[in-house]
Amino acid sequence: MRPSGNWTYRHRWPTRLWHWLNALTIFILLMSGLMIFNAHPHLYWGKYGANFDPSWLGIGPTPQGGGELRVFQAHVPTTGVLGHWKDQHGHIQTRAFPYWATIPGRYSLAGARRWHFLFAWVLILGGTAFFIASLINRHFSRDLKPTRAELSPGHLWQDIKDHARLRFPQGEAAARYNPLQKLAYVGVIFFLIPMMIGTGLAMSPAFNATFPQLLLLFGGRQSARSIHFLCAMGLLAFILVHLIMVLLAGPIREIRSMVTGWFRIREARR
Amino acid sequence: MSNLVSRRSALVAGGGLMLAGCDRIAPTRPARKAFLGAESLTYRVNRLITPRNALAPEFSGGDVSPIFRSNGTAHPGSPDYARLLADNFASWRLRIGGLVAKPLAISLDQLKALPQRTQITRHDCVEGWSAIGRWTGPVLGPILQFAGLSSAARFIVFHCHDDFGGTAYYESIDLVDAFHPQTILAWALNGQALPVPNGAPLRLRVERQLGYKQAKYLRAIEAVASLDQIGGGKGGYWEDVADYAWYAGI
Repeated sequence: MRPSGNWTYRHRWPTRLWHWLNALTIFILLMSGLMIFNAHPHLYWGKYGANFDPSWLGIGPTPQGGGELRVFQAHVPTTGVLGHWKDQHGHIQTRAFPYWATIPGRYSLAGARRWHFLFAWVLILGGTAFFIASLINRHFSRDLKPTRAELSPGHLWQDIKDHARLRFPQGEAAARYNPLQKLAYVGVIFFLIPMMIGTGLAMSPAFNATFPQLLLLFGGRQSARSIHFLCAMGLLAFILVHLIMVLLAGPIREIRSMVTGWFRIREARR
Repeated sequence: MSNLVSRRSALVAGGGLMLAGCDRIAPTRPARKAFLGAESLTYRVNRLITPRNALAPEFSGGDVSPIFRSNGTAHPGSPDYARLLADNFASWRLRIGGLVAKPLAISLDQLKALPQRTQITRHDCVEGWSAIGRWTGPVLGPILQFAGLSSAARFIVFHCHDDFGGTAYYESIDLVDAFHPQTILAWALNGQALPVPNGAPLRLRVERQLGYKQAKYLRAIEAVASLDQIGGGKGGYWEDVADYAWYAGI
């Protein structure tokens, strides 16, 4: 049923369903993942890594009574947010990520693992269904695949300049994804999410026996753990940019189109 | 600007709302069912896709961690253990009982006289760290067979000498893992007698699961049909006290 006025059907139902299911799933996986990180807030490269081994990233309290993030040799003070923060009751805590960023809010590795592995199944099963649906309804090839022209340096540069000036497509052009948008979605669907699942499975001692090649691909379990964390930060960065873009492009019509599928086209303005 | 700030606080508030929601949902009966359902799904799918005897990765001598970290109990405080340690475990016996035809009490020397397996494997703590070490000991499966494991047995329980605040440590595994070729009773780490912090005189190695399943300070092995009557009924110390998953393959 098409509403009156200048509307276009922009998102088919599998896309909308997966979008909202994923919005919930990724948030729960991110927040429970940060709690799991809190149990051992150091990252390593290679096959092994524990307290006596050199880590490339660490978050924790400092001897001076603050908190810091260390990346290689760079020390970033993070007092109040990471490694030294006040909980809901005003008590100082020295875990890496603060209560408002983790699931559960109170330190519980076992609880976080329950949430993480329940929603890991939602991600895998929902993602597989979305993948199949998007091949059948040609969402990937029609909407997400950038055309050769869109990938030309001139075209991409123009799109980058438009984004930097917050000049978004108007009229009929707004009904399609622009090149940077396509690249961001392709990056999340075909790279970041598969990497999250792959590195997650590579950390499983049982799956290492099932499919040892995955471990070799990532260069060992602790490398897989580091890549898992970095890709999670990549997803977080995508979500932040995505939310900002929605706010700037007109949150009402953007959210409405992701709920109902219908997108209202504004007249092109000069 | 104030608009941006309010949007940001709206985001933070949204996150907080979800967090509060999750913390409220977690203890409810449907959430419990979902969590346990996910654990059971993971366990079943893993057993389905993994060949029974598929080996955990083994490493070369050059991959061994310079220092093998220990975790949990560093020294069981009981007088019994102190006495065993004082005579270098000469009077220590590993009791094998429960659903077996002939219960056994095996000395450390007898265990060392059995065919041995040495494997360089990775120990993965549930917290996230890993350490690689070389383990030596007899394979568990033949010992269970020698004891005449009953066909009614479904789980193998490992009772330990250490306790946390008065509660004895124990763990349990299914028969697939109990009869896995890499499941050994290790008395040596990196060519040395097992140090006390790593579980002297004997610990379990069940290489396709996480660290808390690798029971240290073994004193008895019991074959059972159900885990309900053991400890808190969830199959292990951490499973009972903190709701860690019984299946620790991930």
